[in-house]
Amino acid sequence: MAKIVVDVMLKSEILDPQGSAVAAALPRLGFSFAKSVRQGKRFEIEVEGEVTPAQLAEAEKAAELLLSNPVIENFVVRVEK
Amino acid sequence: MSVDTVLNAQRTPDVIQPFAELGLKPDEYARIKEILGRRPTSSELAMYSVMWSEHCSYKSSKVHLKQFEGKAPKSAALLVGIGENAGVVDIGQGYAVTFKIESHNHPSFVEPYQGAATGVGGIVRDILTMGARPIAVMDSLRFGPADALDTRRVLLGVIAGIGGYGNCLGLPNIGGEIVFDETYAGNPLVNALCVGVMKHSDIKLAKAVGAGNLVVLYGAKTGGDGIGGVSVLASETFGANGSAKRPSVQVGDPFLEKVLIECSLEIFAEDLVVGIQDLGGAGLSCATSELASGGSGGMKIALNTVPLRDSSLSPEEILMSESQERMCAIVRPENIARFLEICKKWDVTVTLIGEVTDGDRLEITWNDQIIVDVPPRTVAHEGPVYNRPFSQPEYINGVNAEKISVPIPNSAVEVRAAVLKLATTPNLADKSWVTSQYDRYVQGNTIQSQPDDSGMVRVDEKTHLGVAVSTDANANWSYLNPYQGAKLALAEAARNIATAGARPLAVTNCLNFGSPEDSGVMWQFAETVRGLADGCLEMGLPVTGGNVSFYNQTDDVAILPTPVIGVLGVIDDVRTRTPMSFNRAGLELYLLGETHEDIAGSEWAFMHGQRGGQTPIADLTREMRLIEVLLAGCSEKIFSAAHDLSQGGLAIALTEMVLRHSTGAKVHLANVGMDLISETPGRVVVAIESAKTSVLIEVAKKYDIAITKLGTTGGSSLTINEVEIPLDELRQAHTSTFPKLFG
Amino acid sequence: MKVGVVTFPGTLDDRDATRAVIAGGAQAVGLWHGDVDLKGVDAVILPGGFSYGDYLRCGAIARFAPVMEVIIQQGKRGLPVLGICNGFQVLCESHLLPGALTRNADLHFLCRDQKISIENIETSWTSSFTRGEEIVIPLKNGEGSFQCDDATLQALESEGRVIARYVGENPNGSRNLIAGITNTRGNIVGLMPHPEHAIDPLTGPSAQGLGFFTSILNALVK
Repeated sequence: MAKIVVDVMLKSEILDPQGSAVAAALPRLGFSFAKSVRQGKRFEIEVEGEVTPAQLAEAEKAAELLLSNPVIENFVVRVEK
Repeated sequence: MSVDTVLNAQRTPDVIQPFAELGLKPDEYARIKEILGRRPTSSELAMYSVMWSEHCSYKSSKVHLKQFEGKAPKSAALLVGIGENAGVVDIGQGYAVTFKIESHNHPSFVEPYQGAATGVGGIVRDILTMGARPIAVMDSLRFGPADALDTRRVLLGVIAGIGGYGNCLGLPNIGGEIVFDETYAGNPLVNALCVGVMKHSDIKLAKAVGAGNLVVLYGAKTGGDGIGGVSVLASETFGANGSAKRPSVQVGDPFLEKVLIECSLEIFAEDLVVGIQDLGGAGLSCATSELASGGSGGMKIALNTVPLRDSSLSPEEILMSESQERMCAIVRPENIARFLEICKKWDVTVTLIGEVTDGDRLEITWNDQIIVDVPPRTVAHEGPVYNRPFSQPEYINGVNAEKISVPIPNSAVEVRAAVLKLATTPNLADKSWVTSQYDRYVQGNTIQSQPDDSGMVRVDEKTHLGVAVSTDANANWSYLNPYQGAKLALAEAARNIATAGARPLAVTNCLNFGSPEDSGVMWQFAETVRGLADGCLEMGLPVTGGNVSFYNQTDDVAILPTPVIGVLGVIDDVRTRTPMSFNRAGLELYLLGETHEDIAGSEWAFMHGQRGGQTPIADLTREMRLIEVLLAGCSEKIFSAAHDLSQGGLAIALTEMVLRHSTGAKVHLANVGMDLISETPGRVVVAIESAKTSVLIEVAKKYDIAITKLGTTGGSSLTINEVEIPLDELRQAHTSTFPKLFG
Repeated sequence: MKVGVVTFPGTLDDRDATRAVIAGGAQAVGLWHGDVDLKGVDAVILPGGFSYGDYLRCGAIARFAPVMEVIIQQGKRGLPVLGICNGFQVLCESHLLPGALTRNADLHFLCRDQKISIENIETSWTSSFTRGEEIVIPLKNGEGSFQCDDATLQALESEGRVIARYVGENPNGSRNLIAGITNTRGNIVGLMPHPEHAIDPLTGPSAQGLGFFTSILNALVK
């Protein structure tokens, strides 16, 4: 079974209080590597058999219509084997 | 998968079964064999083990809890008493109210967010199951030291869980308590209360009657949540070797619960069920056996029809699963079509899983093979009963003999510092940082909520009938004297209701203790129950139900005995309630009740590391007379405000009053230090117009309650004798503690 | 005059909104998420709550409910629509209003009595107020931080489409303290705080929320 993965992230200009909270917590735990953190969502969509270009196109549509809010979010659709 | 059937159990009597791992003692296992006349199947073993656990069977507490019925006062208000999902009381105008408080302590330590969330979900379903619309929630919380790292983890998770679940249900959160003490580190207490309202005719009971009636499961699909949780949880302490037995966490879906509430209420409104039970601890094991034992006949269940979220679950696991947001109903065949239609409207999964039979057995099949065949009462109601040994623990005499030595503030500098210190300490500090994360407005009937003495909701929009609820516990007092502690907590909860002008009507309780296998803890428990039963008899208040949580301890150290007492009262017209504080100058302040040197168990003593001494002795007849003064003060419109004195004494009562509407006060105290910090029970501060002075004196005299003039309202400071504390400074002290600790 | 109050599964403040509509003098009509017609109502309220659990994004699923199809269609033609809290989120997701509501800046759900100033009294829902009038009504949400891009913000401000602004400290990180906005036509209003919880001082912080419900009556009578 193949998987289509949709990653949804807040646009860079939109305030991300969750990401900021994580960024603030890291140094408190002794981690110093992070310059900034953004938090997003990941959708895993299973399909029967191999992913077809048509299915991928549908996933793109669904990501734009439902899975993300284009006003504040960007998304990336990809296939995961 | 191979299934252990009844036939197989008969054929293979000598199979070794893991009863001990499931928390059953050898004699309990032997009794199951005796009941069945054979070894149990693995499904039967699962059912008995979970239903005979401390949590479900009350096996250690039962012998004591009987007193709540034995000593029950005559009460015309009681419609449904102990034993059902929740008690029901008559509040007049054809309305009945049900309320109950229940613990979700251990799960809230393991996974604070989900533990607290599912605690709210569980108590709300208990109330719904009685046929009532849930109208408000409250929560009584105890955590380890406020500045401990783990307290932060637990508290933030619990608060977010209560808010995340409760806010999504559309139930106003109308109050509660937050107390810190080191004994709760590792053993936080999360006690959730829910109130529901219905018409008398709508009361529903957990019983399966009428052969041929259908058993219907509706709500969430069944998954692997909390399997074995209840049994193992309540059987093991969190000691060094206990970790392997920690349960898998139950995860709540508040949206589904909200839908389930509305769907169920629509089903109830059309009178489509003969009996109903929610699925909480022990899941289907509990629901089916309780429904069957509550009825007259037997029941047949086809377990393989239960819709699953995880198809790999075995029959034993399905029986023990504690997946949330599920209900089980008994429905007449002629009503089933409509029942299914309403579930469809709400998009709720619904399945016919069995039927009521005219036999006397609970029979459960798996693909037509019989895997359970038991007399249901032996599972649900006739579990083991333990008369556990109890004896006064050694510490009692020691702590009671301790002479308390704490500084009593006297000079202006000391008085000022004491008031500010009390206002700041986490146990007494302003809790709005927490309560502002809960929705208190939804449903539009909230009259009072935190920081008022009690929560109050309107029940009828036309007549303005309402109910008030308060939960109280003073574990410091219960530690010193559990008998008095229980009575004092009862008195305080009742007083908190009455200050607003509501008449106390009924009692619920959540008794949180250490291990019942410790004779000293068992004594604390026995004394608490005796005190509460005596107190309720004396005050004429029936206990409508409750919950016991044992094993709240880490290794040998038990929590402070913490009986949380909930009192519900009724007020005929919420518009006439007495508010907690004043918003104008020129009113006169009086203290109702006398102040003695009651420092033992006080917050002031706690702040100074003192835990010893002797508690005040509860004088419940005087408390009842004080309640009459408070009710008269409300109905005769004598009081402009009334506020109960409890932890933190007069210092905190005044602080809360002046900050509420930013209206100051000037008081003169004869014995300033003791007057401010003492926690003598049975006291209330009232504000009146000076024209009402003679009526107040008359009423107080009639009920033989001492009154003392304290001072007057007004200004922008709290002035105590010559000490003037600006409200801004007091507010800063009172409100900054929680944001500083947890923000 | 009939005002529809929509219930999605997970809607919580529908009973409060119904009470407020009646208190404002109109007749309240319940609309179910699956309804495909609006039962002849003259205006619609989308009340607060957690429609469909709000698990994906607040209002994201509700936007596709059958009843919303009709509301979007008629809203574009001038039907007065008030979205409160979750309703505001639904209106943004439906693109009837610009911008989006995101997590509160401090990540906590916040329930408090909030002072707001009414800045546009030309809409269907705000004509009972005076410009600049300050009122106190409950604010209660976890995702109430109004966000949009700079161009949108500038348009909202220059066209006077910010109908209400928080007074004092910013409670949730909203841009320009925005508490409520309207569309260019002024028939559709989204508001984060809850006027329906402030129609009677007995149960709310004030009765100052009533103005939204008397406004719609005025708008419909006209």
